[in-house]
Amino acid sequence: MASIAQADEAKPPGRFDLRRISFSLDWVGLLPFFAFISIFLLFPALSIAVRALSDGSGNITFENLAGLNNPTIVQAYRSSVQVSIITAISGAVLGGLLAWSITLGNLPLWVRNTVLSFSGVAANFAGVPLVFAFIALLGRVGLLNTIFRPIGWSIDPQTFLYGIWGLCLVYTYFQIPLMVLIMVPALEGLRREWREAAENLGATPAQYWRYVAFPILMPALLGATALLFANAFSTYATATALVGAVGQTFAVTILVANQFRTDTFGDPGLGYALAFSMMVVVGITIMIYTYSRRRASRWMPRG
Amino acid sequence: MFVKKRASGVAWFFFLAAALYLLMPLVAMFWSSATTPKGFTLIAYSQIFETPGFSETFLFSLRSALLTILISVGLIVPTTYWVQLRIPRMRPVIEFLTIVPLVIPALLMTFGLIRFFNGTSLTNSANGTYIMLIGAYVIISFPYMYRSVDAGMQAINIRTLTEAAQSLGAGWGTIIGRVIFPNLLVAVLNGSFITFSICLGEFTIASLLSQPAFTPYMLDLSTRQADQATALGIISFILTWVSVLLIQVVSRGRTRVGIAGVR
Repeated sequence: MASIAQADEAKPPGRFDLRRISFSLDWVGLLPFFAFISIFLLFPALSIAVRALSDGSGNITFENLAGLNNPTIVQAYRSSVQVSIITAISGAVLGGLLAWSITLGNLPLWVRNTVLSFSGVAANFAGVPLVFAFIALLGRVGLLNTIFRPIGWSIDPQTFLYGIWGLCLVYTYFQIPLMVLIMVPALEGLRREWREAAENLGATPAQYWRYVAFPILMPALLGATALLFANAFSTYATATALVGAVGQTFAVTILVANQFRTDTFGDPGLGYALAFSMMVVVGITIMIYTYSRRRASRWMPRG
Repeated sequence: MFVKKRASGVAWFFFLAAALYLLMPLVAMFWSSATTPKGFTLIAYSQIFETPGFSETFLFSLRSALLTILISVGLIVPTTYWVQLRIPRMRPVIEFLTIVPLVIPALLMTFGLIRFFNGTSLTNSANGTYIMLIGAYVIISFPYMYRSVDAGMQAINIRTLTEAAQSLGAGWGTIIGRVIFPNLLVAVLNGSFITFSICLGEFTIASLLSQPAFTPYMLDLSTRQADQATALGIISFILTWVSVLLIQVVSRGRTRVGIAGVR
C-alpha cells in the first residue's frame, strides 16, 4: 500500500493509470466480508424472494403470494399481528414510563443504574428460559397457583398462559427493557433549558409535556414502537417454547418453521411466499424505525 | 423545579411496579427449580452435571460461540479498518449490510440458507450443517460486533497510528496485530461478550439445523425433567447477566447493552 502510494507519486500518469490499480486493490480488502455476507445472508435471503415470485420453471408468478389467502395462514397472521401490536403498545407505554421514571423522576442513582443493567440482561433474556420462568409463575403447579390454591383461587394455564394472552404477557417481558434502552437516551436529550423556557413563559407541566416534550419525543417513540412490533413479529423461540409446534395458528413464525421442517402445505412455493411476506412486513417496520430515528436525531444528536 | 417531589413518588410507583413484573417470573423460576416433593432443596443444580446431554450440548454451544467470535472478529476488524482508512465512502454500505441481520429474522435466514444450499455438501453432511450454523451465528453477531468495533475505531485516530507505524517500518501484519488491535481491545471484547451471550442462548438457528446446542436441549429436557430444565434456565439467566456485567466492566459503564438476538 505504502509502496503503491509512493509509486503513484513517482510516476507521471500515463497509459497505466496507477490510481485505478490502487483503487481496485482497495476493493480487494473488502472481498472476504462481502463474500461471507453474500453466501450466508444475501443470497439465501434473495433466493427466498426469487422463489416466492416464481413458479417451478422460473417464470414470474404471483400465484404463490395469492396462495397466502389460506385460512390457516390468515389466522396465524391475524394472531401474530394482534400480539405484535398489543405488545408493541404495552412495551412502549410501560417501558416508556419506566424510562421516564429513571431519567426524569429524580430516583436515586443506584435505581437508574440497576434498571439499565437489568434492561440489558432482560432484553436479551428471552426464548426458552423466559418461558420456563412464566410457566413456573403461572403454570398449573406454578407459584401463583400454589400460593392462592388454599383460598380457592386458581389460574388455568390452558386458557390464560398457553394462548394469545400468554404470548402477550411473555413478550411484554422483553419489550419493556428494549423500550427502556431505546428511550433513555432520547429522554436524556430533553434539555433542561427547554423546560425552563416553557416555565418562564408560564407553561404548566402538562402544557410543557403536551406542547414541547411530547412532540420532540414523538419520532423516537414512534420509531421505538415500530421496532418493538418487528421484534415481536419475528419472535420464534419464545412462541414455540410457549405454545409448541402445534400452536402454528398463534404465530406466523411457528407456521414458517413447520412448513420448513415438514412442508405442512405440501407446496414449497407457498412456504417461500410465506417467508417472503414476513420479510416484507419486518422490512417495512424497520424502515419506519430508521426513518423515525433520523427524524429524532435532528433534535437529539445522542438519540 | 416545581413538580420535583410529586414526580418522585410517581416515579417510585412505576419503578416498583416494573420491578414486580420483571422479578416475579425469576423468583418463581428459582422457587420451582428448588421445590421437590421432598421439600426445598438445591439438588436439581447438583444433578445437572450428571444429566445426560448437558455437558455435551453446553460444550457444543461454548465451542460454537468461541469459533463465532474468532471468525467475526477476524472479518469485522480488518474490514472496518480498511474501510475507515482507504474507502471511507463505503462506510454507510458496510454499516447497512451489518444491520441487515436485524431486519431479516434468524428464522428466515436459516430457511433461506437450507433451501439455497439444498443438495450441496453444506446440507448433506454433518460438517456442512455445522458450517451453516457457524456462518449464521457470525452473521447475527455482525450488528453488535461492527457497531462496537466501528465506534472503537472512530475513537482512536487509526490514520495517524497507521502512518506512525508505517514510518517506523512496520508491515501490515504488525500494524493490525500490534498497533490497531491492542487499541481496539475494549471494543472487540465488548462485541465478543455480546456475541458469546447470543450464541449460548441461541435457539432458532440451532433448532432448525438440528444441531445439539444448549438451548434446544434445555427445551427438550423440560418435557422429561422439568425441575432440572428450570435450573438450567436459571443458569442461562446468570450467564447472560455475567456477560452484561463483563461488558460494563470492560467498557467502564459507558456502554448500554441492547441485545436482540435470541428471541
